[in-house]
Amino acid sequence: MKTLLTFLKKNVRDYGILIALIVIVVFFQNTTNGILLRPINITNLVLQNSYIVIMACGMLLVIVAGGIDLSVGSVAAFIGAVAAVFMVRYNMHWFLAIVLSLILGGFIGAFQGYWISYAKIPAFIVTLAGMLIFRGLTLVMLQGEAVGPFAVPFQRLSSGFIPDIFNYDGFHATTVLIGVIFSILIVVLDLYNRTKQKKYGFEVIPFYLMVVKNLLIVGAVLGLCWLMASYKGLPTVMIILFVLIILYSFVTSQTVIGRRIYAMGGNVKAAMLSGVNTERLYFLTFVNMGVLAALAGLIVAARLNVATPKAGDGFELDVIAAVFIGGASATGGIGKIIGAVVGAFMIGVMNNGMSIMGIGIDWQQAIKGIVLLLAVLFDVYSKKRIT
Amino acid sequence: MSDVILEMRNITKVFPGVKALDDVSFSVREGEIHALVGENGAGKSTLMQVLSGVHPFGSYEGTIYFKGKECQFRNITQSEDVGLVIIHQELALVPFLSIVENLFLGNEQGKNGIINWNKAVSKSEGLLEKVGLDEAPATLVKDLGVGKQQLVEIAKALAKEVQLLILDEPTASLNDSDSEKLLDLLRQFRKNGISSILISHKLGEVLKVADSITILRDGATIETLDCNTDEITEDRIIRGMVGRDLTHRFPARDVKIGKKIFEVKDWNVYHPLQEERKVSDDINIYVREGEVVGVAGLMGAGRTELAMSIFGRSYGKNISGSAYKYGEEIDISTIQKAIAHGIAYATEDRKAYGLVLIHTIKDNISIANLQAVSQYGVIEDPKELSMVREFRDMLDIRCSSVLQLALNLSGGNQQKVVLSKWLFANQDILFLDEPTRGIDVGAKYEIYTIINQLASEGKAIVLLSSELPELLGICDRIYVMSEGKIVAEMKASDATQEKVMKHIMNHTR
Repeated sequence: MKTLLTFLKKNVRDYGILIALIVIVVFFQNTTNGILLRPINITNLVLQNSYIVIMACGMLLVIVAGGIDLSVGSVAAFIGAVAAVFMVRYNMHWFLAIVLSLILGGFIGAFQGYWISYAKIPAFIVTLAGMLIFRGLTLVMLQGEAVGPFAVPFQRLSSGFIPDIFNYDGFHATTVLIGVIFSILIVVLDLYNRTKQKKYGFEVIPFYLMVVKNLLIVGAVLGLCWLMASYKGLPTVMIILFVLIILYSFVTSQTVIGRRIYAMGGNVKAAMLSGVNTERLYFLTFVNMGVLAALAGLIVAARLNVATPKAGDGFELDVIAAVFIGGASATGGIGKIIGAVVGAFMIGVMNNGMSIMGIGIDWQQAIKGIVLLLAVLFDVYSKKRIT
Repeated sequence: MSDVILEMRNITKVFPGVKALDDVSFSVREGEIHALVGENGAGKSTLMQVLSGVHPFGSYEGTIYFKGKECQFRNITQSEDVGLVIIHQELALVPFLSIVENLFLGNEQGKNGIINWNKAVSKSEGLLEKVGLDEAPATLVKDLGVGKQQLVEIAKALAKEVQLLILDEPTASLNDSDSEKLLDLLRQFRKNGISSILISHKLGEVLKVADSITILRDGATIETLDCNTDEITEDRIIRGMVGRDLTHRFPARDVKIGKKIFEVKDWNVYHPLQEERKVSDDINIYVREGEVVGVAGLMGAGRTELAMSIFGRSYGKNISGSAYKYGEEIDISTIQKAIAHGIAYATEDRKAYGLVLIHTIKDNISIANLQAVSQYGVIEDPKELSMVREFRDMLDIRCSSVLQLALNLSGGNQQKVVLSKWLFANQDILFLDEPTRGIDVGAKYEIYTIINQLASEGKAIVLLSSELPELLGICDRIYVMSEGKIVAEMKASDATQEKVMKHIMNHTR
């Protein structure tokens, strides 16, 4: 019991946010009389929050590198508009439109990144300008109208589900199968890491704790898959999310470029004097953010089946909040992808839960703000204890 | 014997996992200069933080009496109110405010929140005169040198009607004449009945001014020496600090000097902001394999500027000149290129330029050469870890694990991490800028040993230092720098402190 406590104390920063998510889920599950975790609602939750999660991956890198990007909501709207105009007005093939949109997103990121990284204008100001510029250009692009609808394959980007190879009636067995495979992978990987860490003399968590941890994770994964299987199965967008989350977790924790981004955010001068090309790296984090904002914009457009001037309004705040709630440091150098993802879902669950409860958008905003403040407060407090 | 002004009894302060102070008792008499010495991490700063209320009453055990009254400070304001002022090593002045604004910051002269500037200015003139600072009160603090800024800090303390002045490493960044001035000031305060506590690593100056010396080691008081009655030498103090005799302050080395490995010719550098100002003026220097070359000079002589401009133009503008490695001209116009040619620069300011404090020792050591432990851009954890551990053992970095955060290390160990970073990167031309600044005697010795070891492996070392004994002790050859120029070059065996100073003085004149 004592080891459990010390373990939790030591890793409070990593697990605190997860525990908070569980608390919030349990809370809303109660107050919504079980609606929150109904299969259809869970599927909705994932669909509604996919773009926040996607952008949170890019925003985490930007914030860890020591910057901020306020323009992502506008960029997402702008790209959605561009794709819509391509496809609807110019009859462009949907796949080509997607590719061009992502490239354009990269260029927008490069445009902002250039001013920030090479011209040394603070990121806050450049992206504030970008927020206005691209919101304005969205209106120009759409000429004030909503443009749609789109071809069915494009819609599937957001509203599709993976096909079922078993064809049981009313139950999506493939989803469960994927869940089982995924669970096995998690356990095997965790065991592998543990033995590796032990071999190299890292401090590892006690075995029984690892068993408990894995049981919880596997339980959650299987439970989620089971619930989704009883609706329409795994949404396509969830596959995109998984791939991105795994990719970005890998990049941030295992690669040279990831390590350098953290070093740059932790102390830009020290990183520079250690031979890190900080200007180019900082620039690249914004390019990456642009591409992910573009992807999010496409998914939003596909989900609504129309591009509107108001799309993506206020997304930047949800995305930034998700990253900070997930434990990233506002001064850079600290933060995890998984934290940002959990943070995004926390905001998603709050939005969803409060909507089901019938709480107005006014109070929703206020409550989200308070949660953000508490999360950062907790972070500052736990940091103080470490140092 | 005069009265005791301050008495700290049985102070114990525990940080999570560490007992920083263990039953420390410490007392200062009225009108004396009391030096507090000890190795880094001995607890000097913590003791002073307890005294000044940085660690509020209740977070430590023990009692504090100031002028016979028990004090329970909850913050710095309360301790300043009774006349206890601490001046930190890092000065707490606002650079873009004037002297007078800084003097009365938090202590504004006026009523109801409205400042009476006439009163403030006239009062400030008196204060500046007392500390011997001949500057207009309206001068911005950023335009003053470090020495003068230090005087402003002291004047600020006087404005608060200080009775006990605590100075934490006040001369660490001052040159000799400024240090001397500061010590004179302390003597003068002593005459006027103001007591001082002086924390310093420079034992020479401690011996010059102190009336008593208290030695701390590992969070406990070892002894208090009375300078007026006992015969005290530096060696005597060092013995108390490290708990053993340090027979040699500089370890010996077999000198094996090889080929000329690196050279710069006609090196000119201009100031990044004041484009007219030359900070390096026609510099020609070289270093050979296995050689330790010192660069001596006063504060502001341009040593750091020279080294950083060579290291990938990380300082300065309009840099011209050529660099050679083994006689062939090389391109070192970016930091990446300089590193690729085997050059390293270990900064004088570890915390600001050398380390990512919030990251682990491991991440700090490997950052400059991640290529060595990665494949296709993916870091191989085991390889990285075992290599990092090798350097930890080689340099004897004292830590619970290489996954400990750099900010929790002592100064000496942080310096070892910075050195490890460049050894990890396998560099053979090392510019070490003040590698022993602010670290204690024991750790200094270890750094010297490391330098010797590197030199005997055939690496070339350029040592920039403002401590002449250090340069004389471990270098083979010394360049003397003054105002951006190399004014002399000599073999260390021929050099003396007087000789070096003479060259500098002749040039400045």
